[in-house]
Amino acid sequence: MSEMITVVIDGFEVSVPKGTLVIRAAEQLGIQIPRFCDHPLLDPVGACRQCLVDIEINGRAFPKPQASCTIPVETGMIVKTQLTSPVADKAQRGVMELLLVNHPLDCPVCDKGGECPLQNQAMSNGQGSSRFEGVKRTFEKPINISSQVLLDRERCVLCARCTRFSEQIASDPFITLNERGALQQVGIYENKPFESYFSGNTVQICPVGALTGAAYRFRARPFDLVSTPSACEHCASGCDMRTDVRRGKTLRRLAGEDASVNEEWNCDKGRWAFKYVTAVDRLKVPMIRNDSGELVEASWPEALAVAAAGLKSAKAAVLVGGRATHEDAYGYSKFARVVLGTNDIDFRSRISSDEERQFIAARVVGSSTTYRDIDKADQVLLVGFEPEEESPIVFLRINKQYRKRALKVVSIGSKESIAVDKLKAEFVKVAPGQEAAAIAAQKLTDKSVILVGERAAESAGALSAVAALADSTGAKLAWIPRRAGERGAIEAGAIGNLLPGGRPVTDAAARVDIAAAWGTDSIPAEVGRSTSQIIDAVNAGQIGALLVGGVDPLDGDNNQAALSALDKAFVLSLEIAPSAVTARANVVLPVAAVTEKSGSYLNWEGRARSFDAAVADSLNRSDLRILSMIAEEMGISLNLGTVTAAAKEIAALGTWDGARATFNSVSARPQPSLNSDQALITSWRRLLDLGTLQEGEEHLAGTARRTVAVISPKRAEAMGVVDGDQLKISTSQGSVTLSALVENIHDDAVWAPRNSRGSQLLVNLGVAHGAVVTVVKA
Amino acid sequence: MAFSTEDLSTMDLIIKRYPRSRSAIMPLLHYVQSKAGYVTNEGIEVIAKLLQLEAAEVTAVSTFYTQYKPTPVGEYHVGVCTNTLCAIMGGDAIFASLKDHLGIGNDEVTADGKVSLEHIECNAACDYAPVVMANWEFYDNQTVESAKELVDSMRAGNPKPPTRGPNRLVTYKEASAVLAGLNDGLAHEGVQAGEPTLLGLKLSKEGK
Amino acid sequence: MTKLAPVLSAHWDEKDSFTLEGYKRHGGYKAAQKALTMDPDAIIQLVKDSGLRGRGGAGFPTGMKWGFIPQGDNKDHYLVVNADESEPGTCKDTPLLMANPHVLIEGCIIACHAIRAKHAFIYIRGEVTHVVRRVNQAIADAYAAGILGNGVDVVLHVGAGAYICGEETALLDSLEGFRGQPRLRPPFPAIAGLYARPTVVNNVESIASVPAIVMNGAEWYQSMGTEKSKGTTLYSLSGHVVNPGQFEAPLGVTLREILDLAGGVRPGHRLKFWTPGGSSTPLFTDAHLDVPLDYEGVAAAGSMLGTKALQIFDETTCVVRAVLRWTEFYKHESCGKCTPCREGTWWLVQILRDLEDGKGTEADLAKLLDLCDNIMGRSFCALGDGATSPITSSIKYFRDEYIAHLTNGACPFDPVASTLFVGAGA
Repeated sequence: MSEMITVVIDGFEVSVPKGTLVIRAAEQLGIQIPRFCDHPLLDPVGACRQCLVDIEINGRAFPKPQASCTIPVETGMIVKTQLTSPVADKAQRGVMELLLVNHPLDCPVCDKGGECPLQNQAMSNGQGSSRFEGVKRTFEKPINISSQVLLDRERCVLCARCTRFSEQIASDPFITLNERGALQQVGIYENKPFESYFSGNTVQICPVGALTGAAYRFRARPFDLVSTPSACEHCASGCDMRTDVRRGKTLRRLAGEDASVNEEWNCDKGRWAFKYVTAVDRLKVPMIRNDSGELVEASWPEALAVAAAGLKSAKAAVLVGGRATHEDAYGYSKFARVVLGTNDIDFRSRISSDEERQFIAARVVGSSTTYRDIDKADQVLLVGFEPEEESPIVFLRINKQYRKRALKVVSIGSKESIAVDKLKAEFVKVAPGQEAAAIAAQKLTDKSVILVGERAAESAGALSAVAALADSTGAKLAWIPRRAGERGAIEAGAIGNLLPGGRPVTDAAARVDIAAAWGTDSIPAEVGRSTSQIIDAVNAGQIGALLVGGVDPLDGDNNQAALSALDKAFVLSLEIAPSAVTARANVVLPVAAVTEKSGSYLNWEGRARSFDAAVADSLNRSDLRILSMIAEEMGISLNLGTVTAAAKEIAALGTWDGARATFNSVSARPQPSLNSDQALITSWRRLLDLGTLQEGEEHLAGTARRTVAVISPKRAEAMGVVDGDQLKISTSQGSVTLSALVENIHDDAVWAPRNSRGSQLLVNLGVAHGAVVTVVKA
Repeated sequence: MAFSTEDLSTMDLIIKRYPRSRSAIMPLLHYVQSKAGYVTNEGIEVIAKLLQLEAAEVTAVSTFYTQYKPTPVGEYHVGVCTNTLCAIMGGDAIFASLKDHLGIGNDEVTADGKVSLEHIECNAACDYAPVVMANWEFYDNQTVESAKELVDSMRAGNPKPPTRGPNRLVTYKEASAVLAGLNDGLAHEGVQAGEPTLLGLKLSKEGK
Repeated sequence: MTKLAPVLSAHWDEKDSFTLEGYKRHGGYKAAQKALTMDPDAIIQLVKDSGLRGRGGAGFPTGMKWGFIPQGDNKDHYLVVNADESEPGTCKDTPLLMANPHVLIEGCIIACHAIRAKHAFIYIRGEVTHVVRRVNQAIADAYAAGILGNGVDVVLHVGAGAYICGEETALLDSLEGFRGQPRLRPPFPAIAGLYARPTVVNNVESIASVPAIVMNGAEWYQSMGTEKSKGTTLYSLSGHVVNPGQFEAPLGVTLREILDLAGGVRPGHRLKFWTPGGSSTPLFTDAHLDVPLDYEGVAAAGSMLGTKALQIFDETTCVVRAVLRWTEFYKHESCGKCTPCREGTWWLVQILRDLEDGKGTEADLAKLLDLCDNIMGRSFCALGDGATSPITSSIKYFRDEYIAHLTNGACPFDPVASTLFVGAGA
């Protein structure tokens, strides 16, 4: 508990922790001191001078008003704000008048109008009219500082929030204050745009209309928008969000405030990728495949009947993608067991392994490592995880601690990343597939945190080594998937070896627990098939029907087999938009997108991120509701008519307190031998890439990182390749040809983005990590 | 122009002067001007790379200081002090006449690239007012006529030497190298002080 | 009895005064030798006892500043010399460094020893090529002679045209490779200065005064000057006088005395207004000829001793034009960080330009003064305050002249009359 200090502000006493700034102590009393440059998450700068107040300490008064955003409280301090000090009031009015000297009177056409701190505070703490009769400073307007962010310099009040954010929070100092005096202005280096994954935050914290996003510019007035608290569906960071809707259409999304998760920030994907919801090809009505093989529109009763009959006709399995809400995943989990009588369900529509499934049951389900543990860690170890690309808020949190106290970060991987560089992390370079030995060699303590990404499953033995390291050192362990729904799917039992609440399928008591709660006779005792086993079983004729929800079959490394399984089985697809699955489905049922329904995600911490429907009048139903309808049609009641019902049932089930599934260690595979023109492929998905939820966002796509193939200096020299040369990477399935970049990567490796323009490795090559590929100069 | 290996090793030595490399940004910008005559994008990118900074961080610095020029200046960059004291004592008249005489405005260069003109702030030589600087060398006690003669001599390729400075006027690039901290061996040239500097001492010796 | 007391300037009239030989001829570097045998605290005490105060403008006691540096903190300490002489009218450090750079290096060695620093930086403005050469050569010669490099390193850092870098925290940011904008205080440089390490920032003249104090003792230094303003200092006389120049005299001399030595205001003219210490110090008039030019005397008369830059203007000078030009300077040099200075100077220039052109009304004077009130003490650093000084003081003494512009509809002065070459056919 920190020391408390009592001060008097405008005659009222308030006690605040030592170190609290006067401006925030005043907030405790409900006294709003006007401000522009001040931001609670940025270092104080005292630049705008709007928050001047009179201060005396133990009877000694400062000779002139002080900036309350830079001065911490002290014992014996008496503060007089504009409310009680005529000097402070005049100082504030004076500064406000000066701020407006060079500010255009374009509020009627400015996006910020109606929600503008300058406009608001000019009304509350300024004077009605200006005495300025001279010439205002003007600039060419606006300028694009990236394809996504526009800058109207003449509106800028030079509070430096944006430049400080970029430097202090994102470590992307691509925008800076340039020139000086009244010509001082925010700008970029002319050959390098503001392509930061976090650039949208600067638009949000700009206290005037100087920074705007191309997606929202000139689209709406704030008072026409209806705001709904929401949660981000793009990754497992778990950002609190706000969705602004006008007449049923989402116009923008903003970072919400949650001190324990995303503070006040989010990434540009979370902010600017939402058009997929309103894409023109959204599925709106049920469809069934007719006798001539075409998908045709159908009524709900008709489609439900065909769906039910199809699922009944053969042994069925469930494939549910990692984007389902916790409640929807629970619906799929219960549907599989109660309606289909099987444990053949898997949410992992990506490269996965049996080692991973064991790891999930033994180490992930019910685990409780949090952002707070990163705050307190003596060291963070990253395994198969690029936080900036794969869970950006985790990156911001690590970066905060790195900047604050030089938190030690170690990253095990094959290619050094931009984030590793920004965090000055120790980069442990290994050949793709050889992570396990490097993990075992790490020295951690019980104050360390291991953050392991979903890509660790692509390297045999890596998760086993992680589990052993956590055991031997007592370090905290967190598994961070990319998709928002994966942790919820695990807790809901949407996987073959787990029932809801972390109950092992193999545990008889656990099965009895669940069977009783669900009012069913029994739960199958056999561990269900995994995604790849289900696909194999379909192709082998052992499974004849598939219920598929939100899966892209091209996200796995066995995608040819997946497509043939989809061709072969009866497929019931629950989807928001046409896909490779709907193209092969027998029945397609349209479901609600995230903004159209309520529910919750569990972020990587296991923390519930619940949200309400932002778009109130959507006719689209949630997966859960549709699953209940299919079950009814099949003569079984799921009792999950609403999200609330599902949530109640999940809560009533509680979590398993019995023994966890045991974890059988897996050994690493030996490194394959390589010819001189061969390398081991390694890759990750970039934050901004060809992900389906980013479709139609051209401004956003314009800020994506360049598609390149990365090789080491040694390999480059041997090949006679320099930056910019074309490299061809190939397998028996196909090839990609990309511009070369020579960087710090293992000599045996070649890196390319997994799903970017020109480089969709799983489609083009069929492999993404650890496999042998041929690399030649194109 | 590209920076040679030799240039890069000079830049490396400049960086080594400081406990922390970022401090070298200003001398490196002077050095870029000594090579290119102004702050080029290439120079900015080289500095950013050497100091492990973003190019934006370098431009933030280069645009703050008026001596870093975003566009080429003349071989002889002439600054006329038009701060209050010099202006009143003749600086305004000198500046106006030079603009007229050279046919260029403030921050402009003559077509032959020889002379550029800038009105400058107080250059710490007020006891020599009105003051003109050329490549930041002192030309004391100027008049309209003397200033015109000065720029004429520059355009003729034989510039008059500074009042307090080396025996010949170095070029803008050469002067920039000095400002980057490189030694051109001319420190011993020129007077140790002009008359006004010595006035008090002289009077004191005279017993006044 | 002479009013002058050349100490710093004592040997400037020797042709090689700037060389190591020239400096050593008169006992150069003996003070450093002596100091290095002394206990560092004893040197700090000596400088405290001498009464030496900062010569850069603020007049803070130099020894006390040194005493603020934490001792035994196992951190690097730094000495930074402020040679960014840019205050309009100020022209003392530049000729000092041209004539005798070694005295500054010797002062650095002594000061570093006192504050337990191994590293000194001299931040010099960039617009003085030949002075840069001289200082750089002196440093090189001192290294070659083994004077530097044995415990103390000195690095010359050349600025690039920014008046604000004379403000000590802006100077530190600039030296660290950032835009030269002032820092928040606290922390003060003595605790977290250069590279967030304990740092002393002193003016050239302050540090250059130290060797003589070490050689001759505190009592000797104390014997010169006035009660609270000890020692000698450089007064820089410029403008409409017969003989402008540097006058080193004990603190407390008056302008009347210096003008007498300089042959007075140029013939046929009379003193109208002057600055006691640069453009940021409120103007004085002929009523202030006998004000003792020490820290207390000037303050008591309503201005500041500042840099002792005595800029003399005779009756041919339009005060509105003079003030407008200074205001344009502050606008040009405002760093842009804080609102009052950045926007205020932008506005002040526009009002003053109108007034100088005879446009506007008397109400504009009230607006101007109110605007100054909204800038003074509201800005981040003293630059904004300084910008208001010439305006408020000129309106105080020459209100009628402002009004005359308005009633006349134009400036009533002939700018040619105030030039030096008036009548010379120019």
